[in-house]
Amino acid sequence: MELICPAGTPAAFREAVDAGANAVYCGFRDETNARNFPGLNFSRDELREAIAYARRHGTQTFVALNTFMRAGDEEIWYRAAADAVALKADALILADFGLMAHVAEHYPQQRLHVSVQASASNVDAINFLVDAFHAKRVVLPRTLTIADIARIAPQIRCEIEVFVFGGLCVMAEGRCSLSSYATGKSPNMNGVCSPASHVRYRQEGKELVSELGDYTINRFPAGEAAGYPTLCKGRFDIADSPAYAFEDPVSLDVMSEIDALSAAGVSALKIEGRQRGKAYVAEVVSTLKKALSASPAQRTALLTRLRGLSEGQKTTSGAYEKRWR
Amino acid sequence: MEFPRLLAFPLNYMPLPAIERATGMLFRRVLKKHPDLFERLGEHKTKRFAFLPSDLPLAFTVEPAALSIRVTRKPAIPSPVDASVEGPLFLLLSLLEGRCDADALFFSRDLSVTGDMEAMLAMRNALDGADIDLPRDLSTLAGPLAPFFGRVAQDIRRRALTDETSPWN
Repeated sequence: MELICPAGTPAAFREAVDAGANAVYCGFRDETNARNFPGLNFSRDELREAIAYARRHGTQTFVALNTFMRAGDEEIWYRAAADAVALKADALILADFGLMAHVAEHYPQQRLHVSVQASASNVDAINFLVDAFHAKRVVLPRTLTIADIARIAPQIRCEIEVFVFGGLCVMAEGRCSLSSYATGKSPNMNGVCSPASHVRYRQEGKELVSELGDYTINRFPAGEAAGYPTLCKGRFDIADSPAYAFEDPVSLDVMSEIDALSAAGVSALKIEGRQRGKAYVAEVVSTLKKALSASPAQRTALLTRLRGLSEGQKTTSGAYEKRWR
Repeated sequence: MEFPRLLAFPLNYMPLPAIERATGMLFRRVLKKHPDLFERLGEHKTKRFAFLPSDLPLAFTVEPAALSIRVTRKPAIPSPVDASVEGPLFLLLSLLEGRCDADALFFSRDLSVTGDMEAMLAMRNALDGADIDLPRDLSTLAGPLAPFFGRVAQDIRRRALTDETSPWN
């Protein structure tokens, strides 16, 4: 199976390539991708150099243009698509049907992948995107079980890529409005979930208090591992006690199930984390690369090392194994 | 690994202008090697960033737009500061080089950040995107002794970071 790795900077891109990524995904330094964070992403020149570097090492480059176009400003996304095609990106990762139609019409030879942000999670939706826009691969939402994937795979006419490690989005991706509710900005339209401009951390006694907009997201007692200030992983007063309403601060790790994922029909494994540093990229990519060819027992030992890098220093298999159902 | 207290203690008594001159020289050398270091900051280039080593009696304030660094004795910090990050010196230096992941250090509570998170995130990404290697970049200041100082600095770095990375490295 292919290992698809994140890069938020050229330095992280080189680390991913050097660590053995089969493909690296990245985005332009603007609102056309869902990691539009300050100081992150690639200029056109940086992407040109990165693609050349990847090609010299036999690695592919996927360019994420996975936000939804703003009416009246479509030209920003069209120009990004044109530039990515001109720079010879191996695939474009798209979420907006309008942008998919534009790319399919103007660049019919360009390989098109369906972003997780498109929330294509059933056979009809996926086959529609294959038939209408010639999508070659779908990145499935992190809301499906392995059994769900196994049921979908034989009925669709494209490759399947799934997230196996990194930040865990527990909502219907591309549809979630929690960040928008709290801050007016969302990953779908602005490329930012819980934007840093609306985040505050403060020390209150021994507690670390995280705030997003007007909301207190969490209070971490001394010594407790912290998490990102997202509403979906906030600790709120529920009845009489503070508790996590949706999900704990925790990261996804389903690498122990790669044999099952392969049997289910998955052809590419994706690592989340374009917002993470190059040290994270190097460590995670090299470890997961080793894990792919390791025995199940060796795999467990390798993956344990990565827990310290994870949000809340904990990992979960998320919806892939819904034991509580 | 914490900076040895025995070495940190004299900093309480050394003249601040001398410390600031030495720090400024190192800062300018890094900028000379990485002239695009602050390019990724964009609109945040005009802000002030405080770096607060928890194991030193000093605070370092960087103004990217002015290409300046100021040193003060804690708790004094040139005000107002837009964003600050606090943690052991060797961890702050490892962030400067992108050798440790800032989010992981934040999750483990080894680092704390306050103030303008957007500005600090931009700074983190700018530093991470640069290819800073302090032993390599700074050892040339030692002239003919550069190879020796480079090796010593690399050894110190390796020892300092072994503790921090051992859980996963």
